[in-house]
Amino acid sequence: MSKENFSKSTIGKKIIMGLTGLFLISFLVIHVTLNSFIFFNDGGVSFNAGADFMAHNPIIRILEIGLFLGLLAHIYMALVLTLKNNKARPVKYAVTNGNANSKWYSRSMGILGSLLLLFLVVHLSNFWVPTKVAVFAHETHDTFAGMKEVFSKWYFVAIYMVGVISLCYHLLHGFKSAFQSLGINHKKYTPIIAFVGNAFSIVVCALFAAMPLTMFFGLIK
Amino acid sequence: MSGSGEKTLNLTLKVWRQKNGNTKGNLETHKVSGISTDMSFLEMFDVLNEKLINEGKEPIAFDHDCREGICGMCSMYINGRPHGPKQGVTTCQLHMRSFKDGDTITVEPWRSVAFPVIKDLAVDRSAFDRIIASGGFVSVNTGNAKDANNILIPKDDADDAFNAAACIGCGACVAACKNGSAMLFVSAKVSQLALLPQGLPEAKSRVLNMVGQMDEEGFGNCTNTGACEAECPKGISLENIARMNREYLKSSLTYVKK
Ligand code: SF4
Ligand code: FES
Repeated sequence: MSKENFSKSTIGKKIIMGLTGLFLISFLVIHVTLNSFIFFNDGGVSFNAGADFMAHNPIIRILEIGLFLGLLAHIYMALVLTLKNNKARPVKYAVTNGNANSKWYSRSMGILGSLLLLFLVVHLSNFWVPTKVAVFAHETHDTFAGMKEVFSKWYFVAIYMVGVISLCYHLLHGFKSAFQSLGINHKKYTPIIAFVGNAFSIVVCALFAAMPLTMFFGLIK
Repeated sequence: MSGSGEKTLNLTLKVWRQKNGNTKGNLETHKVSGISTDMSFLEMFDVLNEKLINEGKEPIAFDHDCREGICGMCSMYINGRPHGPKQGVTTCQLHMRSFKDGDTITVEPWRSVAFPVIKDLAVDRSAFDRIIASGGFVSVNTGNAKDANNILIPKDDADDAFNAAACIGCGACVAACKNGSAMLFVSAKVSQLALLPQGLPEAKSRVLNMVGQMDEEGFGNCTNTGACEAECPKGISLENIARMNREYLKSSLTYVKK
Protein backbone atom coordinates (compact mmCIF):
# COMPACT_ATOMS: atom_id res chain seq x y z
CA MET A 1 0.00 0.00 0.00
CA SER A 2 1.24 3.43 -0.83
CA LYS A 3 1.91 5.43 2.27
CA GLU A 4 1.10 8.69 0.53
CA ASN A 5 -2.55 8.09 -0.21
CA PHE A 6 -4.69 10.96 0.99
CA SER A 7 -8.13 9.40 0.89
CA LYS A 8 -6.90 6.12 2.34
CA SER A 9 -5.17 7.76 5.28
CA THR A 10 -6.99 8.40 8.52
CA ILE A 11 -6.07 12.08 8.47
CA GLY A 12 -7.31 12.48 4.89
CA LYS A 13 -10.65 11.00 5.91
CA LYS A 14 -10.84 13.24 8.94
CA ILE A 15 -10.21 16.29 6.75
CA ILE A 16 -13.11 15.22 4.53
CA MET A 17 -15.26 14.76 7.67
CA GLY A 18 -14.40 18.29 8.78
CA LEU A 19 -15.00 19.90 5.38
CA THR A 20 -18.34 18.19 4.80
CA GLY A 21 -19.33 18.96 8.40
CA LEU A 22 -18.66 22.67 7.92
CA PHE A 23 -20.54 22.57 4.63
CA LEU A 24 -23.57 21.04 6.37
CA ILE A 25 -23.27 23.70 9.07
CA SER A 26 -23.44 26.42 6.40
CA PHE A 27 -26.71 24.90 5.23
CA LEU A 28 -28.08 25.09 8.78
CA VAL A 29 -27.49 28.85 8.75
CA ILE A 30 -29.76 29.25 5.73
CA HIS A 31 -32.31 26.76 7.02
CA VAL A 32 -32.68 28.35 10.44
CA THR A 33 -32.78 31.88 9.02
CA LEU A 34 -35.51 31.08 6.55
CA ASN A 35 -37.59 29.11 9.02
CA SER A 36 -37.35 31.92 11.54
CA PHE A 37 -39.65 33.89 9.19
CA ILE A 38 -42.50 32.07 10.93
CA PHE A 39 -41.78 34.19 14.00
CA PHE A 40 -43.07 37.26 12.10
CA ASN A 41 -46.40 35.65 12.94
CA ASP A 42 -47.96 36.92 9.71
CA GLY A 43 -49.89 33.77 8.95
CA GLY A 44 -46.91 32.33 7.10
CA VAL A 45 -46.87 34.90 4.28
CA SER A 46 -43.15 35.77 4.44
CA PHE A 47 -42.22 32.20 5.33
CA ASN A 48 -44.08 30.72 2.37
CA ALA A 49 -42.55 33.31 0.04
CA GLY A 50 -39.09 32.21 1.21
CA ALA A 51 -39.95 28.53 0.95
CA ASP A 52 -41.30 29.04 -2.55
CA PHE A 53 -38.11 30.80 -3.62
CA MET A 54 -36.03 27.93 -2.23
CA ALA A 55 -38.18 25.33 -3.98
CA HIS A 56 -37.85 26.89 -7.43
CA ASN A 57 -34.54 28.75 -7.63
CA PRO A 58 -32.20 26.78 -9.94
CA ILE A 59 -29.06 27.69 -7.97
CA ILE A 60 -30.65 26.37 -4.79
CA ARG A 61 -31.60 23.19 -6.67
CA ILE A 62 -27.95 22.61 -7.62
CA LEU A 63 -26.82 23.36 -4.07
CA GLU A 64 -29.38 20.87 -2.84
CA ILE A 65 -27.70 18.10 -4.82
CA GLY A 66 -24.36 19.18 -3.35
CA LEU A 67 -25.93 19.08 0.08
CA PHE A 68 -27.05 15.49 -0.31
CA LEU A 69 -23.64 14.50 -1.67
CA GLY A 70 -21.97 16.23 1.28
CA LEU A 71 -24.26 14.44 3.69
CA LEU A 72 -23.57 11.08 2.05
CA ALA A 73 -19.80 11.68 2.15
CA HIS A 74 -20.04 12.67 5.82
CA ILE A 75 -21.98 9.51 6.66
CA TYR A 76 -19.78 7.24 4.55
CA MET A 77 -16.55 8.55 6.08
CA ALA A 78 -18.05 8.25 9.56
CA LEU A 79 -18.86 4.60 8.92
CA VAL A 80 -15.40 3.80 7.55
CA LEU A 81 -13.67 5.59 10.43
CA THR A 82 -15.88 3.99 13.06
CA LEU A 83 -15.25 0.50 11.70
CA LYS A 84 -11.50 1.08 11.81
CA ASN A 85 -11.76 2.47 15.33
CA ASN A 86 -13.65 -0.59 16.52
CA LYS A 87 -10.90 -2.80 15.17
CA ALA A 88 -8.25 -0.73 16.94
CA ARG A 89 -9.30 -2.16 20.32
CA PRO A 90 -10.44 -5.76 19.93
CA VAL A 91 -10.25 -6.54 23.67
CA LYS A 92 -12.25 -3.96 25.61
CA TYR A 93 -11.42 -2.58 29.04
CA ALA A 94 -13.25 -4.05 32.03
CA VAL A 95 -13.40 -0.61 33.68
CA THR A 96 -13.43 2.73 31.88
CA ASN A 97 -13.80 6.27 33.18
CA GLY A 98 -14.25 8.41 30.10
CA ASN A 99 -15.82 11.31 31.99
CA ALA A 100 -12.51 11.87 33.74
CA ASN A 101 -10.85 12.98 30.53
CA SER A 102 -13.47 14.02 27.95
CA LYS A 103 -17.04 15.19 27.40
CA TRP A 104 -19.68 12.51 26.89
CA TYR A 105 -20.96 14.06 23.67
CA SER A 106 -17.49 14.18 22.14
CA ARG A 107 -17.36 10.42 22.63
CA SER A 108 -20.92 9.90 21.30
CA MET A 109 -20.77 11.52 17.87
CA GLY A 110 -21.72 8.24 16.18
CA ILE A 111 -24.82 7.75 18.30
CA LEU A 112 -25.81 11.41 18.00
CA GLY A 113 -25.23 11.27 14.24
CA SER A 114 -27.35 8.12 13.92
CA LEU A 115 -30.18 9.77 15.87
CA LEU A 116 -29.89 12.73 13.51
CA LEU A 117 -30.10 10.46 10.50
CA LEU A 118 -33.25 8.79 11.84
CA PHE A 119 -34.69 12.20 12.57
CA LEU A 120 -33.81 13.31 9.06
CA VAL A 121 -35.88 10.48 7.56
CA VAL A 122 -38.93 11.68 9.49
CA HIS A 123 -38.13 15.32 8.77
CA LEU A 124 -37.73 14.85 5.02
CA SER A 125 -40.92 12.82 4.74
CA ASN A 126 -42.73 15.58 6.67
CA PHE A 127 -41.59 18.49 4.54
CA TRP A 128 -39.17 17.78 1.75
CA VAL A 129 -41.21 15.04 0.05
CA PRO A 130 -44.53 16.98 -0.01
CA THR A 131 -42.70 20.05 -1.39
CA LYS A 132 -41.10 17.98 -4.16
CA VAL A 133 -44.41 16.37 -5.05
CA ALA A 134 -46.00 19.81 -5.36
CA VAL A 135 -43.13 21.17 -7.48
CA PHE A 136 -43.39 18.26 -9.91
CA ALA A 137 -47.17 18.63 -10.09
CA HIS A 138 -46.70 22.40 -10.74
CA GLU A 139 -48.88 23.19 -7.78
CA THR A 140 -48.21 25.79 -5.12
CA HIS A 141 -47.45 24.22 -1.81
CA ASP A 142 -48.43 25.81 1.50
CA THR A 143 -45.42 24.74 3.56
CA PHE A 144 -46.58 26.85 6.48
CA ALA A 145 -49.88 24.98 6.66
CA GLY A 146 -47.91 21.72 6.44
CA MET A 147 -45.79 22.84 9.39
CA LYS A 148 -48.82 23.67 11.51
CA GLU A 149 -50.35 20.33 10.63
CA VAL A 150 -47.23 18.34 11.60
CA PHE A 151 -46.63 20.31 14.78
CA SER A 152 -50.19 19.90 15.97
CA LYS A 153 -49.29 16.29 16.83
CA TRP A 154 -47.49 15.79 20.11
CA TYR A 155 -45.46 12.79 18.89
CA PHE A 156 -43.96 14.78 16.03
CA VAL A 157 -43.09 17.57 18.47
CA ALA A 158 -41.41 14.96 20.69
CA ILE A 159 -39.43 13.50 17.76
CA TYR A 160 -38.33 17.00 16.74
CA MET A 161 -37.15 17.74 20.27
CA VAL A 162 -34.99 14.60 20.26
CA GLY A 163 -33.67 15.61 16.83
CA VAL A 164 -32.84 19.15 17.92
CA ILE A 165 -31.13 18.07 21.13
CA SER A 166 -29.03 15.52 19.20
CA LEU A 167 -28.14 18.26 16.73
CA CYS A 168 -27.13 20.61 19.54
CA TYR A 169 -24.66 18.15 21.09
CA HIS A 170 -23.43 16.98 17.69
CA LEU A 171 -22.64 20.60 16.84
CA LEU A 172 -21.13 21.43 20.23
CA HIS A 173 -18.37 18.96 19.49
CA GLY A 174 -18.47 18.95 15.70
CA PHE A 175 -18.05 22.68 15.10
CA LYS A 176 -14.77 22.96 17.03
CA SER A 177 -13.65 19.50 16.01
CA ALA A 178 -13.89 20.32 12.29
CA PHE A 179 -11.40 23.16 12.68
CA GLN A 180 -9.00 20.96 14.63
CA SER A 181 -9.18 18.26 11.92
CA LEU A 182 -8.40 20.87 9.29
CA GLY A 183 -5.33 21.83 11.26
CA ILE A 184 -6.70 25.16 12.44
CA ASN A 185 -5.59 25.50 16.04
CA HIS A 186 -4.06 28.76 17.15
CA LYS A 187 -3.64 30.35 20.55
CA LYS A 188 -5.36 33.48 19.32
CA TYR A 189 -8.21 32.00 17.30
CA THR A 190 -9.10 28.68 18.91
CA PRO A 191 -10.83 30.30 21.90
CA ILE A 192 -12.85 32.43 19.44
CA ILE A 193 -13.77 29.35 17.37
CA ALA A 194 -14.82 27.54 20.54
CA PHE A 195 -16.98 30.47 21.65
CA VAL A 196 -18.61 30.91 18.25
CA GLY A 197 -19.17 27.15 17.99
CA ASN A 198 -20.87 26.94 21.37
CA ALA A 199 -23.00 30.03 20.74
CA PHE A 200 -23.94 28.81 17.27
CA SER A 201 -24.96 25.36 18.52
CA ILE A 202 -27.13 26.75 21.28
CA VAL A 203 -28.75 29.61 19.33
CA VAL A 204 -29.51 27.53 16.22
CA CYS A 205 -30.95 24.66 18.21
CA ALA A 206 -32.98 26.95 20.47
CA LEU A 207 -34.52 28.55 17.38
CA PHE A 208 -35.25 25.18 15.80
CA ALA A 209 -36.77 23.92 19.04
CA ALA A 210 -38.95 27.00 19.33
CA MET A 211 -40.64 26.27 15.97
CA PRO A 212 -42.54 23.09 16.85
CA LEU A 213 -43.14 24.29 20.41
CA THR A 214 -44.65 27.69 19.50
CA MET A 215 -46.84 26.05 16.87
CA PHE A 216 -47.97 23.27 19.16
CA PHE A 217 -48.97 25.73 21.85
CA GLY A 218 -50.73 27.94 19.34
CA LEU A 219 -48.43 30.95 19.68
CA ILE A 220 -47.86 31.09 15.92
CA LYS A 221 -51.10 31.50 14.02
CA MET B 1 10.44 5.87 56.67
CA SER B 2 7.78 8.37 57.32
CA GLY B 3 7.43 11.69 58.98
CA SER B 4 4.97 12.52 56.22
CA GLY B 5 1.88 11.30 58.03
CA GLU B 6 2.29 7.80 56.64
CA LYS B 7 -0.70 5.49 56.92
CA THR B 8 -1.22 1.97 55.78
CA LEU B 9 -3.89 0.64 53.45
CA ASN B 10 -5.61 -2.68 52.88
CA LEU B 11 -6.62 -3.02 49.27
CA THR B 12 -8.31 -5.41 46.87
CA LEU B 13 -6.62 -5.57 43.48
CA LYS B 14 -8.19 -6.92 40.34
CA VAL B 15 -5.28 -7.51 38.03
CA TRP B 16 -5.27 -8.66 34.41
CA ARG B 17 -3.45 -11.98 34.07
CA GLN B 18 -2.60 -13.32 30.64
CA LYS B 19 -0.01 -15.99 29.96
CA ASN B 20 1.01 -14.70 26.54
CA GLY B 21 -0.31 -13.14 23.37
CA ASN B 22 -1.94 -16.35 22.20
CA THR B 23 -4.04 -17.07 25.26
CA LYS B 24 -7.06 -15.30 26.65
CA GLY B 25 -6.64 -13.42 29.88
CA ASN B 26 -8.83 -12.65 32.86
CA LEU B 27 -8.98 -10.44 35.92
CA GLU B 28 -7.56 -12.06 39.04
CA THR B 29 -8.33 -10.80 42.55
CA HIS B 30 -5.56 -10.26 45.11
CA LYS B 31 -5.61 -8.76 48.58
CA VAL B 32 -2.71 -6.66 49.81
CA SER B 33 -2.41 -5.30 53.33
CA GLY B 34 -0.20 -2.88 55.22
CA ILE B 35 0.56 -0.84 52.10
CA SER B 36 2.24 2.44 53.07
CA THR B 37 0.70 5.58 51.61
CA ASP B 38 4.28 6.69 50.85
CA MET B 39 4.77 3.81 48.43
CA SER B 40 4.50 4.26 44.70
CA PHE B 41 1.97 2.21 42.78
CA LEU B 42 4.77 0.05 41.39
CA GLU B 43 6.23 -0.53 44.86
CA MET B 44 2.83 -1.80 45.89
CA PHE B 45 3.10 -4.26 43.01
CA ASP B 46 6.58 -5.25 44.21
CA VAL B 47 5.07 -6.10 47.59
CA LEU B 48 2.34 -8.15 45.94
CA ASN B 49 4.83 -9.95 43.70
CA GLU B 50 7.06 -10.80 46.66
CA LYS B 51 4.07 -12.29 48.37
CA LEU B 52 3.16 -14.29 45.25
CA ILE B 53 6.73 -15.58 44.91
CA ASN B 54 6.79 -16.63 48.58
CA GLU B 55 3.57 -18.52 48.01
CA GLY B 56 5.18 -20.29 45.06
CA LYS B 57 2.96 -18.50 42.55
CA GLU B 58 3.79 -16.73 39.30
CA PRO B 59 4.54 -13.01 39.89
CA ILE B 60 2.65 -10.41 37.83
CA ALA B 61 4.58 -9.14 34.80
CA PHE B 62 4.60 -5.37 34.35
CA ASP B 63 6.85 -2.91 32.56
CA HIS B 64 9.02 -0.39 34.39
CA ASP B 65 12.51 1.02 34.20
CA CYS B 66 13.46 4.46 35.49
CA ARG B 67 10.70 4.75 38.11
CA GLU B 68 11.00 8.52 37.97
CA GLY B 69 8.68 9.42 35.14
CA ILE B 70 11.18 9.80 32.32
CA CYS B 71 11.47 6.51 30.45
CA GLY B 72 7.82 5.86 29.60
CA MET B 73 8.00 2.12 30.31
CA CYS B 74 5.42 1.86 33.10
CA SER B 75 1.99 1.34 31.61
CA MET B 76 -0.94 0.46 33.82
CA TYR B 77 -4.58 1.25 33.15
CA ILE B 78 -5.84 1.90 36.67
CA ASN B 79 -9.56 2.15 37.46
CA GLY B 80 -10.38 3.11 33.90
CA ARG B 81 -7.55 5.63 33.39
CA PRO B 82 -4.02 5.27 32.04
CA HIS B 83 -1.44 5.98 34.77
CA GLY B 84 -4.27 6.18 37.32
CA PRO B 85 -6.32 8.99 38.83
CA LYS B 86 -3.72 11.78 38.94
CA GLN B 87 -3.07 14.15 36.07
CA GLY B 88 0.43 14.68 34.69
CA VAL B 89 2.08 11.66 36.28
CA THR B 90 3.20 8.23 35.15
CA THR B 91 2.26 5.06 37.04
CA CYS B 92 5.67 5.00 38.73
CA GLN B 93 5.06 8.52 40.08
CA LEU B 94 1.61 7.66 41.38
CA HIS B 95 1.59 7.29 45.13
CA MET B 96 -0.65 5.12 47.25
CA ARG B 97 -1.84 8.21 49.13
CA SER B 98 -4.09 8.75 46.10
CA PHE B 99 -6.13 5.76 47.30
CA LYS B 100 -8.28 5.06 50.34
CA ASP B 101 -8.20 2.17 52.75
CA GLY B 102 -10.49 -0.61 51.54
CA ASP B 103 -10.44 0.51 47.88
CA THR B 104 -10.82 -1.97 45.06
CA ILE B 105 -8.43 -1.14 42.23
CA THR B 106 -8.71 -2.64 38.75
CA VAL B 107 -5.45 -2.78 36.82
CA GLU B 108 -5.41 -3.60 33.12
CA PRO B 109 -2.81 -3.40 30.35
CA TRP B 110 -2.96 -0.76 27.55
CA ARG B 111 -5.56 -2.10 25.16
CA SER B 112 -4.81 -1.63 21.48
CA VAL B 113 -4.56 -3.95 18.52
CA ALA B 114 -1.16 -2.37 17.87
CA PHE B 115 0.04 -3.09 21.44
CA PRO B 116 -0.31 -6.88 21.80
CA VAL B 117 -0.06 -8.22 25.34
CA ILE B 118 3.26 -9.93 26.00
CA LYS B 119 2.29 -11.11 29.45
CA ASP B 120 -0.11 -9.85 32.13
CA LEU B 121 0.26 -6.05 32.17
CA ALA B 122 3.22 -5.83 29.80
CA VAL B 123 2.42 -4.90 26.20
CA ASP B 124 4.61 -4.72 23.10
CA ARG B 125 4.91 -1.06 22.06
CA SER B 126 7.36 -1.58 19.19
CA ALA B 127 4.69 -0.18 16.85
CA PHE B 128 5.86 3.22 18.18
CA ASP B 129 9.47 2.35 17.29
CA ARG B 130 8.44 1.49 13.73
CA ILE B 131 6.62 4.82 13.42
CA ILE B 132 9.75 6.65 14.58
CA ALA B 133 11.92 4.64 12.20
CA SER B 134 9.66 5.56 9.29
CA GLY B 135 10.43 9.28 9.58
CA GLY B 136 11.36 10.58 13.01
CA PHE B 137 14.92 11.54 12.11
CA VAL B 138 16.92 14.37 10.54
CA SER B 139 19.86 14.26 8.17
CA VAL B 140 23.10 15.57 9.62
CA ASN B 141 26.25 16.50 7.76
CA THR B 142 29.40 14.65 8.67
CA GLY B 143 32.46 16.55 9.83
CA ASN B 144 32.91 18.84 12.77
CA ALA B 145 29.96 19.75 14.93
CA LYS B 146 28.51 23.12 13.89
CA ASP B 147 28.42 26.04 16.26
CA ALA B 148 25.19 25.75 18.18
CA ASN B 149 24.06 29.29 17.41
CA ASN B 150 24.70 29.14 13.66
CA ILE B 151 21.01 28.74 12.97
CA LEU B 152 18.82 31.20 14.79
CA ILE B 153 15.56 29.79 16.12
CA PRO B 154 12.80 31.96 17.58
CA LYS B 155 12.36 31.28 21.27
CA ASP B 156 8.66 30.42 20.87
CA ASP B 157 9.43 27.80 18.21
CA ALA B 158 12.19 26.34 20.32
CA ASP B 159 9.83 26.15 23.30
CA ASP B 160 7.07 24.48 21.30
CA ALA B 161 9.53 21.98 19.83
CA PHE B 162 10.91 21.27 23.28
CA ASN B 163 7.45 20.76 24.75
CA ALA B 164 6.61 18.32 21.95
CA ALA B 165 9.91 16.52 22.52
CA ALA B 166 8.89 15.94 26.15
CA CYS B 167 6.82 12.96 24.95
CA ILE B 168 8.23 9.80 26.53
CA GLY B 169 6.43 7.40 24.21
CA CYS B 170 4.51 5.73 27.01
CA GLY B 171 1.38 5.12 24.94
CA ALA B 172 -1.10 6.45 27.52
CA CYS B 173 -2.66 8.54 24.75
CA VAL B 174 -3.51 5.39 22.81
CA ALA B 175 -4.76 3.68 25.96
CA ALA B 176 -6.97 6.62 26.92
CA CYS B 177 -8.48 7.21 23.48
CA LYS B 178 -11.82 5.58 22.85
CA ASN B 179 -10.63 5.04 19.27
CA GLY B 180 -7.19 3.71 20.21
CA SER B 181 -5.65 6.55 18.20
CA ALA B 182 -1.94 7.30 18.35
CA MET B 183 -2.28 10.82 16.98
CA LEU B 184 -0.95 12.60 20.07
CA PHE B 185 2.25 10.57 20.09
CA VAL B 186 2.83 10.79 16.34
CA SER B 187 2.01 14.49 16.26
CA ALA B 188 4.48 15.19 19.06
CA LYS B 189 7.19 13.37 17.11
CA VAL B 190 6.29 15.16 13.87
CA SER B 191 6.09 18.55 15.60
CA GLN B 192 9.39 18.43 17.44
CA LEU B 193 11.14 18.26 14.06
CA ALA B 194 8.69 20.26 11.92
CA LEU B 195 9.14 23.29 14.17
CA LEU B 196 12.90 23.47 13.71
CA PRO B 197 14.93 24.41 10.63
CA GLN B 198 16.93 21.19 11.02
CA GLY B 199 13.75 19.25 10.37
CA LEU B 200 12.78 21.00 7.16
CA PRO B 201 14.63 18.94 4.52
CA GLU B 202 12.57 15.81 5.28
CA ALA B 203 9.44 17.61 6.46
CA LYS B 204 7.13 16.49 3.66
CA SER B 205 8.07 12.84 3.43
CA ARG B 206 8.32 12.58 7.22
CA VAL B 207 4.71 13.34 7.99
CA LEU B 208 3.43 11.19 5.12
CA ASN B 209 5.56 8.23 6.12
CA MET B 210 4.86 8.45 9.82
CA VAL B 211 1.09 8.79 9.33
CA GLY B 212 1.21 5.92 6.80
CA GLN B 213 3.03 3.72 9.30
CA MET B 214 0.62 4.75 12.07
CA ASP B 215 -2.33 3.64 9.94
CA GLU B 216 -0.61 0.41 8.97
CA GLU B 217 -0.09 -0.50 12.61
CA GLY B 218 -3.87 -0.44 13.08
CA PHE B 219 -4.28 2.55 15.40
CA GLY B 220 -7.71 4.22 15.26
CA ASN B 221 -8.70 7.70 14.09
CA CYS B 222 -8.70 10.86 16.12
CA THR B 223 -12.17 12.23 16.86
CA ASN B 224 -10.82 15.16 18.87
CA THR B 225 -12.27 14.08 22.23
CA GLY B 226 -9.15 15.39 23.96
CA ALA B 227 -8.83 12.34 26.23
CA CYS B 228 -5.18 11.88 25.19
CA GLU B 229 -4.17 15.40 26.17
CA ALA B 230 -5.99 15.08 29.51
CA GLU B 231 -4.22 11.80 30.34
CA CYS B 232 -0.76 12.46 28.90
CA PRO B 233 1.78 12.46 31.76
CA LYS B 234 3.87 15.03 29.88
CA GLY B 235 1.08 17.45 29.00
CA ILE B 236 1.53 17.11 25.23
CA SER B 237 -0.92 19.55 23.64
CA LEU B 238 -3.65 18.93 21.05
CA GLU B 239 -2.07 21.80 19.13
CA ASN B 240 0.45 19.24 17.94
CA ILE B 241 -2.32 17.16 16.36
CA ALA B 242 -3.60 20.20 14.48
CA ARG B 243 -0.04 20.93 13.37
CA MET B 244 0.31 17.39 12.08
CA ASN B 245 -3.02 17.64 10.24
CA ARG B 246 -1.73 20.85 8.64
CA GLU B 247 1.60 19.31 7.74
CA TYR B 248 -0.16 16.29 6.35
CA LEU B 249 -2.55 18.30 4.20
CA LYS B 250 0.27 20.47 2.87
CA SER B 251 2.54 17.55 2.11
CA SER B 252 -0.05 15.29 0.53
CA LEU B 253 -1.00 18.10 -1.83
CA THR B 254 2.54 18.95 -2.92
CA TYR B 255 4.86 16.03 -2.28
CA VAL B 256 6.21 14.31 -5.39
CA LYS B 257 7.99 11.03 -4.81
CA LYS B 258 11.35 10.90 -6.56
S1 SF4 C 1 1.98 11.91 23.88
FE1 SF4 C 1 1.94 11.74 26.14
S2 SF4 C 1 0.67 9.93 26.51
FE2 SF4 C 1 1.28 9.83 24.36
S3 SF4 C 1 3.14 8.61 24.31
FE3 SF4 C 1 3.79 10.76 24.48
S4 SF4 C 1 3.99 11.09 26.68
FE4 SF4 C 1 2.80 9.21 26.49
S1 FES D 1 9.13 3.58 34.97
FE1 FES D 1 10.03 5.12 33.73
S2 FES D 1 8.39 6.47 33.44
FE2 FES D 1 7.54 5.06 34.85
